[in-house]
Amino acid sequence: MSDNAGTTNGSGVTDTGKSTVDTEGARGLPRRTTWQRLVGASTFWIGLVLVALYVVFSVLRPDAFPTLYNFQTLLIEAAVLLVLSVGMTFVIITSGIDLSVGSVLVFSGVAGAMTMEAVSPDGDATQAGAGTIAIGLLLSLASGAAWGLLNGLLIARFRIPPLIVTLGSFGAALGAAQLLTGGVDVRTVPSALRDSLGFGQTLQVPHMVLVAAAVTMFGAWLLHTTKFGRYTYAIGSNEEAARRVGISVTRHLVLVYTFVGLLAGLAGFMSLAYFGTTTLGGHSTDNLNSIAATVLGGTSLFGGVGTVLGTVFGVFIPAVLQKGFVIVGVQPFWQPIAVSVVLVAAVWFDQRRRRARDSGR
Amino acid sequence: MGALLEARNLVKHYGSVEALRGASFEVRAGEVVALIGDNGAGKSTLVKCLSGAEQPDSGEILLDGQPVALDSPTRARQLGIETVYQDLAVAPELDPAANLYLGRELRRGGLLGRLGMLDKAEMRRRASEHFRTLGVQVQSLDVPIGALSGGQRQGVAVARAVVWANKVVFMDEPTAALGVVQRERVLDVIRRVRDTGVAVVLISHNMPEVQAVADRVEVLRLGRRVARFTAADVRLEQLVGAMTGALSQEDAA
Repeated sequence: MSDNAGTTNGSGVTDTGKSTVDTEGARGLPRRTTWQRLVGASTFWIGLVLVALYVVFSVLRPDAFPTLYNFQTLLIEAAVLLVLSVGMTFVIITSGIDLSVGSVLVFSGVAGAMTMEAVSPDGDATQAGAGTIAIGLLLSLASGAAWGLLNGLLIARFRIPPLIVTLGSFGAALGAAQLLTGGVDVRTVPSALRDSLGFGQTLQVPHMVLVAAAVTMFGAWLLHTTKFGRYTYAIGSNEEAARRVGISVTRHLVLVYTFVGLLAGLAGFMSLAYFGTTTLGGHSTDNLNSIAATVLGGTSLFGGVGTVLGTVFGVFIPAVLQKGFVIVGVQPFWQPIAVSVVLVAAVWFDQRRRRARDSGR
Repeated sequence: MGALLEARNLVKHYGSVEALRGASFEVRAGEVVALIGDNGAGKSTLVKCLSGAEQPDSGEILLDGQPVALDSPTRARQLGIETVYQDLAVAPELDPAANLYLGRELRRGGLLGRLGMLDKAEMRRRASEHFRTLGVQVQSLDVPIGALSGGQRQGVAVARAVVWANKVVFMDEPTAALGVVQRERVLDVIRRVRDTGVAVVLISHNMPEVQAVADRVEVLRLGRRVARFTAADVRLEQLVGAMTGALSQEDAA
């Protein structure tokens, strides 16, 4: 206060009221405004990139890009990856990784499809009804969750690095799926399932997208508002600290990996409904795509940081690039290159941020 | 006045190494006791036994005069005994309120709470209040505490322990990594905590700090308590003498 008085007494103007009044004591610390929070969040900028891409392609091809049909296919094609990536967000926030999601997706699809065939007459599930479909869904979810549980136990209880455990289940789940099918895709998927979930729409909203949106909203709710989400961040941020305050880290990690397995199971069933076959060979890069989407969306590979909304943006940036390049007439091979550059840049920024912080302020 | 927390003749072996050889210790409500000793004197082991992280092979621990079994840190916390660890045991990506309430989150009322939803606003409000009453300065409640200065971070770590401790707080070198001003802040917090009637056990190598903040000093040497002093009239030479074995007050207790 004294030096403040010294600067003002010369002019005779008593503006000492402007000096730092200790309002903190009385009213608690000032809250940041919504705008400050928004601009401070990396999610905001990632979202801006997505919007910018959409606008650029729309301007380049106003006739072809910003159409309802294009928008719908964009959403449908991203739906399966989005479901996987919501789970991946949880895993990466715990500073883990899951390379097995694509294989678990295939295995779950196979388990669901073969079960539906098994309970149908003559082993042909094409005409199967709702009961059969429900059994198939249940089997897909259960087998996805079982792989996740196995991953989680090996990682949390036996303390094997997630990279190795899920690399193992990446190979094993796909191998098991091929053993079950003899390497031949299951092709008799109930047409009722294909019509309802695969191609069905309500008010122009594809049902695949509805499911993905529901999963995303549930994931966002779980991560950002519940104790489960809080512990997910805490474990990724400082596992030892979480342990010391009495959080059951082992149990929580097992639950997180089971959750991502469950979502992979659901994704497998969605894929079944959409493609009408088990697509044994079609998901070998799903793991990398969902990791890329998650990291692109601002989730830190070092754990403790990330949002579901960011992951949504991270899923759609590559999808928009892919669609946009095709429509604009750029060779779509540029898409992975563009995504990779942005991805590496995103991780580089994240690391710089961390280093700046850790070098002790 | 009787001791709030007392250890009697604790023995702890790690294989063939005897970390504690019949160590005794006591702390009363509303006092700061500095626990000092040379490296390997058994300070850390003693604190681990008293905070539930380790179990002594023999000996007795009494809380409020009653023998207790501190079989886990969780049990110790339930009894009102908290520990501030030397290496900041905070989650740097979480904000100060989240760290303060880590493992003790407040849930919303009703169905949403039963679904696991957190009452973030209430936690934030109460955290802000706790920081204020403890005199812990935090720049902002909205940033991850990794973005705060070392002193503020340590302030949050200390606050987390003392807010929940209604009996005893152990602090293992809480100022070791801090600058002069920040160190003074933490010492202020220690005094405030003591004034609320909680017992504070301070482990420190910094003798001026010990003399500045402690009411009493207990000295460990080779796994045993060798001396007790009142901080106000102890001289540095006495402390050093007791630590090195040049001076011994107590016979094997």
